[in-house]
Amino acid sequence: MECAAPYARTIASRVSKVVKRDWAVPLIHFENVGLRYGMGPEILRDLTFDIPRRSFQFLTGPSGAGKTTLLRLLFLSLQPTRGLIRMFDRNISSIPRDEFPMLRRRVGIVFQDFRLLDHLTTYENVALPLRVRGKEEASYRADVLELLKWVGLGERINVLPPVLSGGEKQRAAIARALIDRPEILLADEPTGNVDPPMARRLLNLFLELNRLGTAVVIATHDLSLMDQVEARRMILSQGRLDIYE
Amino acid sequence: MNENSVPRRESEPPQQRRAEMRVRPTGPIVPSANVSGHALMCVIAIMSFLACLTLGGVSMVRATAQSWQSQISREITIQIKPDDNLDMEKALADAQDLALTFSGTTGGKIIDRAATARLLEPWLGEGLDLDELPVPRLVVITIDENNPPDFAAMRAALTEIIPQAFLDDHRTWVDRLVAMANTTAMIGSGVLALVFSAMVLTVVFATRGALSGNRHIVEVLHFVGAEAGFVASEFQKHFLRISLKGAGAGGLLAALSFAAASFWQSQTLATPETDQATALFGRFAIGYTGYLGIFAIIIVIALLTTLTARLTVMRTIYEIDLIRSDPGRTDTYQS
Repeated sequence: MECAAPYARTIASRVSKVVKRDWAVPLIHFENVGLRYGMGPEILRDLTFDIPRRSFQFLTGPSGAGKTTLLRLLFLSLQPTRGLIRMFDRNISSIPRDEFPMLRRRVGIVFQDFRLLDHLTTYENVALPLRVRGKEEASYRADVLELLKWVGLGERINVLPPVLSGGEKQRAAIARALIDRPEILLADEPTGNVDPPMARRLLNLFLELNRLGTAVVIATHDLSLMDQVEARRMILSQGRLDIYE
Repeated sequence: MNENSVPRRESEPPQQRRAEMRVRPTGPIVPSANVSGHALMCVIAIMSFLACLTLGGVSMVRATAQSWQSQISREITIQIKPDDNLDMEKALADAQDLALTFSGTTGGKIIDRAATARLLEPWLGEGLDLDELPVPRLVVITIDENNPPDFAAMRAALTEIIPQAFLDDHRTWVDRLVAMANTTAMIGSGVLALVFSAMVLTVVFATRGALSGNRHIVEVLHFVGAEAGFVASEFQKHFLRISLKGAGAGGLLAALSFAAASFWQSQTLATPETDQATALFGRFAIGYTGYLGIFAIIIVIALLTTLTARLTVMRTIYEIDLIRSDPGRTDTYQS
């Protein structure tokens, strides 16, 4: 891992703002949440849990247990069939449509399939969240380059995604999720496409980010990855959630 | 951490080892060139070319019909039949003088013997002696179209002093030509409406088709926190460029076609081919109003494409939100 000090300083500046918030209020609160697709059976049942600020947790369970669906609920890309979800102390069912982009900006997500835009370079992909916020390139160029160095892509800034390896794509997707310093990072199988040493390095990256104040939720079924860290485990099975602190 | 990092040689200072990476100029969020974009540009160019040609053609037909109608309704003819007791030349002069006393007439011309012989030449051949045949003679009176004379009064006055005179005000021809011109203009307007409808539908569906290939970009922008207006404006800019290029090329080609045809016509005046073409189609010149029409078509197509792009992007975002609020609508979810 390259030196993270400059980026850490910028992260820390945001964390200081977070500290001023009410720490007792969780970032995300689920209460008796259920979700079904159409008239089918409930995929998720009676989920009640909190994602506290600065927390680190794994979301795991067998294939088909509903991990990605739960991440989509956390990312506001699905609405529950029943129950209550509060994000950033707001009930999401009462938030108007046009306010969702502002909430999404406070959440970073790493998709399982990366979702990098193939016609943009690594640098441009990572800078995309800042660009859509209308920021001038001069105001963020140094931050993006610093973050790319931090994730080990300092030499790949002008490369298009089709040329990147799986691990590089994964790190570019992570960097894109982090660039606007989200309060919570959601990662869907972030180590699914990389070898064990790279998985370990990515995990270290998430841990460092968490130490800087960002809550992290990693959806994975990689037991060896989870064994490397003492962290909260959220285990989904048959639509129900068990939490091991 | 870099997978492609090279082992460092300790003796080499870091600053000399590798030049600072330079970021390439930031590219557009929507890819500037792809297959669907080129296809859309071609479709827009073809449709704008056809629409401009139709517009020019219809305006030419309308101008030609109006010109026929105007030429014929600008004149009336006094026909004097020969008679044993009639001094034809005096009768012609009297008829002309009488006609010119009416307000609304602007001039008169007696068709002389030579001109009359030339008029009859196609039927009776050359060397015609008018004295041998009872050929009527003509006086052509030009009138003010907007303030025509009282034809009934003129007819009565003429018959009174020259019983052999007959006034033809061309009403029958004018009425027929007006009907034909109106029919031609209506057919032209119908064709124009059909071509415009086809153009609108083609441009709308081609734009939507080109956008469907970019849905993943809309999704990514949406999920990284872009507001709907921002995403729509990015696509609007992209499709405005495409449509301006396509419609500009089509319109320019149509304008050049009319200019070239007009130039050819002016360079080959009084040749049989040009006379034939002019008789059939009139003058190929479409005038500044025609060129303004072409410019208007380019603008309309550009606006249409841009508006379609905006509405399609907004609808795509709405659909993404609809899936969010009604999970049953999605059929691609992963568990």
